[in-house]
Amino acid sequence: MTTRKSSDDRIALLQGTLDLLILKTLVLGPCHGQGVAREIQLRSEEVFFVDHGSLYLALQRLEDKEWITAEWGVSENNRRARFYSLTPMGRAQLIEKAGEWQRLTRAMGLILGNGTVQNPEEA
Amino acid sequence: MVRRKRSTDDFAEEIQSHLELETEALKRAGLSEEAARQKAKSEFGSVSVARERFNLRGRAVWLENLVRDGRFAVRQLLKNPGFTATAVLVMALGIGTSVAIFAFVDAALIKPLPYESPSRLVNLFESNLTGPRFHLSYLDYLDWKRMNSVFSSMSVYEQSDFMLNTPQGTRQVDGVRVSDGFLRTLGVQPLLGRDFRDGEDLTSASSTVLLTYAEWQNRYGGRPDIVGQSVILNGTTATIVGVLPRDFHFAPAAPGGFWLTIVTNNEGARQRGSHGLLGVARLKDGVTLAAADAEMKTVAERLEKQYPDTNRNRDANVISLTDMIVGDVRPILMVLLSGAGLLLLIASLNVASLLLVRTENRKREIAVRGALGATPARLMRQFVTEGLVLTACGCLLGIGGAFAAMQALTRLIPADRIASMPFLQGMGLNGRVLGFALIVSAIAGMLFSLTPLLRISFKNLRQGLTEGGRTAAGTLWRRFGANLVVLELATAMVLLVGAGLLGKSFYRLMHVNMGLQPQNLAAVRVSGSATRYSTDTAKVNFEQQVIQKLQGLSGVSSVALSSDLPVGDGDGLSTIAFKEKPSLGDHNEVNDREVSTAYFATLEAQMLRGRGFAESDDAGRPPVAVINQTLAKRYFPNENPLGQHIGSDVAKNPIEIIGVVDDIREGPLETSTLPAMYLPSNQDPDKTFYVIVRTSQAPRSFLPQMDAAIHQVDPGIATYNAMTMDDHIHDSQSAYFHRSSAWLVGSFAGMALLLGVVGLYGVIAYSVSQRTREIGVRMALGAHRDSIHRMVLREAARLAITGIAIGLVFSLFAGSLMRGLLFGVRSWDAWVLCAVVGVLAAAALLASYLPARRAASVNPMDALRAE
Repeated sequence: MTTRKSSDDRIALLQGTLDLLILKTLVLGPCHGQGVAREIQLRSEEVFFVDHGSLYLALQRLEDKEWITAEWGVSENNRRARFYSLTPMGRAQLIEKAGEWQRLTRAMGLILGNGTVQNPEEA
Repeated sequence: MVRRKRSTDDFAEEIQSHLELETEALKRAGLSEEAARQKAKSEFGSVSVARERFNLRGRAVWLENLVRDGRFAVRQLLKNPGFTATAVLVMALGIGTSVAIFAFVDAALIKPLPYESPSRLVNLFESNLTGPRFHLSYLDYLDWKRMNSVFSSMSVYEQSDFMLNTPQGTRQVDGVRVSDGFLRTLGVQPLLGRDFRDGEDLTSASSTVLLTYAEWQNRYGGRPDIVGQSVILNGTTATIVGVLPRDFHFAPAAPGGFWLTIVTNNEGARQRGSHGLLGVARLKDGVTLAAADAEMKTVAERLEKQYPDTNRNRDANVISLTDMIVGDVRPILMVLLSGAGLLLLIASLNVASLLLVRTENRKREIAVRGALGATPARLMRQFVTEGLVLTACGCLLGIGGAFAAMQALTRLIPADRIASMPFLQGMGLNGRVLGFALIVSAIAGMLFSLTPLLRISFKNLRQGLTEGGRTAAGTLWRRFGANLVVLELATAMVLLVGAGLLGKSFYRLMHVNMGLQPQNLAAVRVSGSATRYSTDTAKVNFEQQVIQKLQGLSGVSSVALSSDLPVGDGDGLSTIAFKEKPSLGDHNEVNDREVSTAYFATLEAQMLRGRGFAESDDAGRPPVAVINQTLAKRYFPNENPLGQHIGSDVAKNPIEIIGVVDDIREGPLETSTLPAMYLPSNQDPDKTFYVIVRTSQAPRSFLPQMDAAIHQVDPGIATYNAMTMDDHIHDSQSAYFHRSSAWLVGSFAGMALLLGVVGLYGVIAYSVSQRTREIGVRMALGAHRDSIHRMVLREAARLAITGIAIGLVFSLFAGSLMRGLLFGVRSWDAWVLCAVVGVLAAAALLASYLPARRAASVNPMDALRAE
């Protein structure tokens, strides 16, 4: 989900996106970092690939903002892992950010028009 | 909710756990153990980068950068000590001067006077035909108090001195007499003891006394049981009833340490024509100064009608007390403050100019650091930090310097003037002054940290590597800088000429022929009690006893008495007439001095004709006089004055002239000697006189011995103002005036010179740095180093000569304006002008030599390659 040539503002946009995806993943219940990465990859039908180093920093950032909390626990296959869960503040943020994102995509869709621009690779 | 700071280890553990989970997941997907481990690792990316980023998270990175920038800035500044020292010094100079002068302004004009609502207090004068500020009489005061409706309270005061009995003998002390409610009018309560009670000035004048805090500390060592102690003032016992607060002062009556009530039961208090008091009053709420003045004028008019004999043409004059106390110094301080402000401005522009030169020379460094990855923000911060470090040094030094300057400026004020300005005593680095210093420093810091940014285009860092960058802004600055330097040099020239003329005046003044040898002379004023020495015989005996006692001391070669000291205020006049000669108009006034036999010998004055006095010239012989040469020339231009007779208002019989002495400077040093007439003290004795002693030892160390010896004659004698003749001359008003003005103008001139030189250096160095490429081309085309050297010097010379020429014109103008301040020197004194031009030219050469040398040492290959 990142590219080498990214300019400054695109990084910022993607960073925000990653935060949103993490929050969304945690709605389902507490999860450790590796699980979050897998989940995002799986649910986006492998379109998004999560850079693991960035993921952990994003998790830390969200924890610092007190949108999520973390505690050490044991995974389903008996491994020690750090489990993250949403705080009420994080839940509120998720609703707000998701709404913003939907408005943005709807507006983009309106401007670009449905199906008028096709992915060249698919064409 | 307390958030624990997460440890690095915890983060590392999480990464480890991630890698294991991921490996397991990959193994489940069918990869081998080894392949799964590899893939998990590679998908994570760099573990160390993640950890590094985790470490930086939330840490005060900016603080660390600041510390690093600070260290780097200090290193950079130390690498170029010449630049740093100059910039810091110039900044310190500008800030120090303005802070020091602001401290005076604060003490005199900003800090409120130590009374309750001082702005509601007024001072009351009577005006008459001679002027607007005269004293009122006690009876007028009572009437004013009774008849006005504008003041909530009114009191009077007068300066006074008293004879205090001390264990070392009788001493004269400064004091004040006030009416009973004086302190209540000011709204001041004593620190210890009590205030004067209502009516205390009517019943028990002089039996109670208040001390100032300083008097209590200095004379009585601050002893806690001071209230209730007795002192003997003017032969009367008085009880100390209180001590005034520490910060209390009352300039119009300064430096009085003993506060007594006014005397209301003597003859003076019963006469309306006997004026000796000044009034102070508090305005009622809502009453303006103008309204009060108007009403008091009508009160005075009514009194004038009622008492035409005593109150004719006497009007009331009400002015604000603050104006009376600080009104005199306000214009001087405002001029000084403006001067300091201008100095600060020029100093700041100079430092800014130096910073520009430096930035220009560091363009390549900036470009290289930019190319190596420093972000523009980081580079900017670096320059800002350097500016701030520089400013901090300059400001600290400046504030320290301000402290020293305050002491120096205080010393420039004559002792008697400083005593009349007690509000200056609390002067120092208080909160307001430090606040001012901080504001100035903050502005300077902003200016100096942002200046370099003007000349660096961080967007196009690579330009620094390739182009010379002779921009329009650069040219503009050069032109502005050049004009500024011309202005600075011209200012320096004017001030230096002023200082030179004043300095030469002071030298001339100190070397004026005084007609006496002041070295090794000690003098003291002596006053015997009026009751004990009432007859002429008693007075003559008193004088003789003092002379004999002092002559018996070891190291004393000669002792004389005189009614006044030479180099005094020139007072002590009497009118003379000659029976055989027509009057010379109104100017038949001469200084008259009653002197003892050894007077001329003690002063080592030159007898020109006839003889001096002998012990035999006493009351039993016809009156005789010695005249000075000015008198002889004036009244006896072509005759022998000896044997002629003078009629005088001080003597009943004509006085025979027995000798002519060379002029002794009786009045101020700068005024020409008046005709003078000396009479033998044996024929006209007094109980108050000056003793003048010529010693073989250092006269200063002789003073206590002299004082003790006089008190051995009679412990009831009051002595005061013991001093050496050198000090007396040095401290005389004209000497003080010339010395202070020479020093003051001199210090400003010195600073202006320094600024001019630094400014010139800055402009020339900047110009050289901008022309490096041009110089390289010239040299590549065969220009000799000498010619480059000359080219730069020529540019500097053009500025210096313009500045000096403009300065010369203004100097002549300023010189003629200050003609009145000069003594024994013309306003276009060639020596002073030449010396100043020489100093300026030398300084300008020095300032331009360094950049010229740098220009000439440019390596053409480097200069061209650098572009």
